[in-house]
Amino acid sequence: MASSSAIASSSAPFINKKDVGLSAFSSQSSFSVQTARQRISKKIVSVMTPQQTQRTPATTGSVKTGMTMTEKILAKASDKPEVSPGDNVWVNVDVLMTHDVCGPGSIGIFKKEFGQNAKVWDREKLVIIPDHYIFTSDERANRNVDILRDFCTEQNIKYFYDIKDLGNFRANPDYKGVCHVALAQEGHCRPGEVLLGTDSHTCTAGAFGQFATGIGNTDAGFVLGTGKILLKVPPTLRFVMDGEMPDYLLAKDLILQIIGEISVAGATYKAMEFVGSTVESLTMEERMTLCNMVVEAGGKNGVIPADKTTYDYLEGRTSVPYEPVYSDEGARYLKEYRFDVSKLEPLVAKPHSPDNRALARECKDVKIDRVYIGSCTGGKTEDFMAAAKVFLASGKKVKVPTFLVPATQKVWMDVYSLPVPGAGGKTCSQIFEEAGCDTPASPSCGACLGGPKDTYARMNEAQANYYLFYRIIDLLLICYRVCVSTTNRNFPGRMGHKEGQIYLASPYTAAASALTGYVTDPREFLQ
Amino acid sequence: MAASAALSNSITAFKPSPCQPRAASINPLPSIKLPSISSNYPLISHFAPTPKNPTVTPLRSAAAAAPETTNSSTTFHGLCYVVGDNIDTDQIIPAEYLTLVPSNPDEYKKLGSYALCGLPSSYPTRFVEPGEFTSKYSIVIGGDNFGCGSSREHAPVALGAAGVAAVVAESYARIFFRNSVSTGEVYPLESEVRICEECKTGDVVTVEFGESRLINHTTGKEYKLKPIGDAGPVIEAGGIFAYARKTGMISN
Repeated sequence: MASSSAIASSSAPFINKKDVGLSAFSSQSSFSVQTARQRISKKIVSVMTPQQTQRTPATTGSVKTGMTMTEKILAKASDKPEVSPGDNVWVNVDVLMTHDVCGPGSIGIFKKEFGQNAKVWDREKLVIIPDHYIFTSDERANRNVDILRDFCTEQNIKYFYDIKDLGNFRANPDYKGVCHVALAQEGHCRPGEVLLGTDSHTCTAGAFGQFATGIGNTDAGFVLGTGKILLKVPPTLRFVMDGEMPDYLLAKDLILQIIGEISVAGATYKAMEFVGSTVESLTMEERMTLCNMVVEAGGKNGVIPADKTTYDYLEGRTSVPYEPVYSDEGARYLKEYRFDVSKLEPLVAKPHSPDNRALARECKDVKIDRVYIGSCTGGKTEDFMAAAKVFLASGKKVKVPTFLVPATQKVWMDVYSLPVPGAGGKTCSQIFEEAGCDTPASPSCGACLGGPKDTYARMNEAQANYYLFYRIIDLLLICYRVCVSTTNRNFPGRMGHKEGQIYLASPYTAAASALTGYVTDPREFLQ
Repeated sequence: MAASAALSNSITAFKPSPCQPRAASINPLPSIKLPSISSNYPLISHFAPTPKNPTVTPLRSAAAAAPETTNSSTTFHGLCYVVGDNIDTDQIIPAEYLTLVPSNPDEYKKLGSYALCGLPSSYPTRFVEPGEFTSKYSIVIGGDNFGCGSSREHAPVALGAAGVAAVVAESYARIFFRNSVSTGEVYPLESEVRICEECKTGDVVTVEFGESRLINHTTGKEYKLKPIGDAGPVIEAGGIFAYARKTGMISN
């Protein structure tokens, strides 16, 4: 058993994505079957599935119809030889993630439906990450983290990234921060698996070649008790991105391009698969940015084939054997989009919709009064490195308050310790300080989604005025706040005040805008 | 038998049923049986098939809605509140209120008081009056992509807690649709045409399930709705758990 697992995982890094057709897997099919059976027998702890004497794993080569990688993952997880878009299948869940906003409600439903003494289906497959409302004096928010802690103690949950000392996050070695980034950093995202989370940006994990999507409390309550969920197999939209990525673009520009192309509902109920030479050249963190925002196009999941970049990232982060899957040659796609990335320009999404695409340079007259760099979308180590690169290149100071919220404790450490290339050994934090940015804040979701009134960098100012003059405010058009943000949503009220205007942008564009006080194309500083 | 008991109990079927805690890690929970999936399994589906049986009985009486059951259909009658396209979950329930836990009855009630309070000031009429927990509008009419954004179940819960019986929109974001069905809080109905531009907040409307239509009594116009299909009985039962008990998937 141990040896088969070892082979499955150790052989993975050497799989060349292009060579992985049917033959690559047939040579090790006995191992993969064994691994799969072993896994499934562990999973069926609380639910009866129909008896099957023999199954034909889709990955062994006996595939009748070509399947996309999303279809293959769901076929494997539902113990079926093949599935087609539209099929409703009961899927075994590999990891369920929840946080302080939806965890207490999911736990409440679990207890109500399965009984006060019920146990979760697998104490090692539930990952609980407080991250939303942490550094706040809001009593209910604090209580919600307490509810998570009590539940994890009661259930002996293996992965609970707790925080007790709110005064100093560094005094909490277990505390991570933003769940989607922490899931990746802690090795919970693995190719070929099914990961569900009570957060719409759970789709971020698709960057690892897995099926990952967001669910509600009730569905999560069901998964807590059974380890299973009923899912409809989505059809796949394929996005082929080729061409050399210009050095002033980031993955954020690519996904804003795509959402602008297909609209905020263009991928509703669909999988979005990203392939092409540009995608292959992206780092894991950049791939995460790409998949993170598929939900902003309505997508059910985003997915990128695992390759050496993926395996290198996972090295040392997980010891769980995994089995990557890849789309078949003959897989059927609902539609294919092609982009020549070398021709793209830095983009923003204007208020109040992520598909309200414009070129950054077209918005150069938009005066801004703050910049926000953070969140699961734009608060990773490389996002801060990118911002630091712009500040370094300019040598200037920011003209508007610039808020920095590292996603996780690990990112925070990187900001304070990793040297920025070409900076003579300076770290991001030193460069930010010299540029006049706010001191990097404690890692959490921060003001990306507004949150309690005392949330750091929340767009509050107009709010007081709103209460006083809320009938007049829209007539006078005063007190509007304009923010360039590396986050993911710019719907009304997303970052606090309803009339706040949010321009979504890459960390390059956000940093460039901070330097001028206007929405700014980063090429002004990077070339 | 068990199913019929649950049926007559309607929403009260949604009561806790102590399941046996897991004894050994390999043992299946005997109280839960999942059916093998065939094409007839109820779809939690956006692309809902034509229902075989259009009979839908009310799951509960919404505060301001006046559901009436006839032999063949359910109707919801009340005032409508009209919104536009891409009403995201931050507008339905702003993030600052997500500290309220929907499974806690007091906090459930409170969520209702904040329903749709995130709409910008371009909406001059408040959905829930200050100091109230429920809305006088029992039917929300929207445009495209209603409920986009976060996966917060607080969104359909806030609407349901405010007394909304049904949302009638051109289309829905996936997670909101699924959460509406899973919780049984509101019927997410789809219109065939863009009625959000033809109805005004405060119009008196009736939603007839049997006829799959919405009647605006104020303007005298009628609109065709898409059938909700197999998701209907799940909402009628009061959500997936209640439905599973009612149909014998989970023993009572």
